[in-house]
Amino acid sequence: MNTTRNQPSARKFWSWFIPLRRDIGSWAFALNRITALGLTLYLFLHLGVLGLLAQGPGAYDDFLVLTENPFIKLGEWAVVAAAILHGLNGIRIVLTSFGVGVTRQKQLFYGFMLIAVFVILIFTARMY
Amino acid sequence: MTEQWNITLRIYRQKENEAPHFDNFNMEVSPDEYVLDAVERAWAFHDRTLCFRHACHHSTCGACGMRVNGVEKLSCITLIRDIAHNGATLKVEPLRNFPVVSDLAVDMGFFYRKMESVGARAVLPVMEAEIGNPPAQWEAEASQYIRLSDCIECGLCISACPIMATTPEYLGPAPLAAAQDHGIQRKPELLSIVDGEDGVWRCHSAFECTAVCPSFVDPARRIMDLRKQVVGARLSKLFGKA
Repeated sequence: MNTTRNQPSARKFWSWFIPLRRDIGSWAFALNRITALGLTLYLFLHLGVLGLLAQGPGAYDDFLVLTENPFIKLGEWAVVAAAILHGLNGIRIVLTSFGVGVTRQKQLFYGFMLIAVFVILIFTARMY
Repeated sequence: MTEQWNITLRIYRQKENEAPHFDNFNMEVSPDEYVLDAVERAWAFHDRTLCFRHACHHSTCGACGMRVNGVEKLSCITLIRDIAHNGATLKVEPLRNFPVVSDLAVDMGFFYRKMESVGARAVLPVMEAEIGNPPAQWEAEASQYIRLSDCIECGLCISACPIMATTPEYLGPAPLAAAQDHGIQRKPELLSIVDGEDGVWRCHSAFECTAVCPSFVDPARRIMDLRKQVVGARLSKLFGKA
């Protein structure tokens, strides 16, 4: 019997991020994982930046100059967008996890994502 | 005259100790035939070594689950017209998350053992079945009747579940749905099985099990309901109502 390749394995972790041809629930699942990883990465970067304070005001001021870089700005935008998407999708998961709107989970996802896009647009307009 | 399409069936092949590969079978089919008909044609007229599971041809036995174009389908009820077009290629693979026995045939053993561990029922008293708007007289008369369980144990949900793909210990959608079918109150011993890291709390709400289920078991909803039951049982225990 061919016991390899087709069985559950940690290597299949990557399949979490490829919801092609899947239903909307899988896209929501992938979105939550991608945003979670992004926010976790940001947390470590944030702690690293705060660590600059230990090196004195000069080091932190130098970093603040760097934050004017458009790529860093884009990164900041992405962090806020990810937080909004992750948070609202998270509310949907909490609701459905305890039986609220389970049979309407797709509509809940579309609704929350509509709110997310609206909030992100407002944030984008204020940021730029 | 019956409409005919030319399609290419691209079938996953894997025999003992051989590297997996795909074989292409070009054939003429009616779009109103089912995917299983095309697979059988590939076996009958192209390659008699092609191995696949099938039995009833009407979505009762659950044997012919396959991944068709990347999505879990019961091939006996999947119309070619619904998923392809004239000249299309249909990619047919074995279910994910099961060891391949040969080609499209997988070993369902571990899944059946999980179903057994929760006492999954093949038939259940009709009064315990989730039936919309049961006639009022059932209350008095129907307790003697039994019906077939909705779940046909096809394994499509196990293949589609992203958590199942990475965590073999996870009980999985169908076994959890079977546990919900009993209910914690009716079968308290299920609590220790489903209330754990590989039980109801391992589900991460992708709802893919419900999306692919050909029998409308709706495992995702049942898992969420089971969570409520587990929380209820825990609270009862906490306040000494057990």
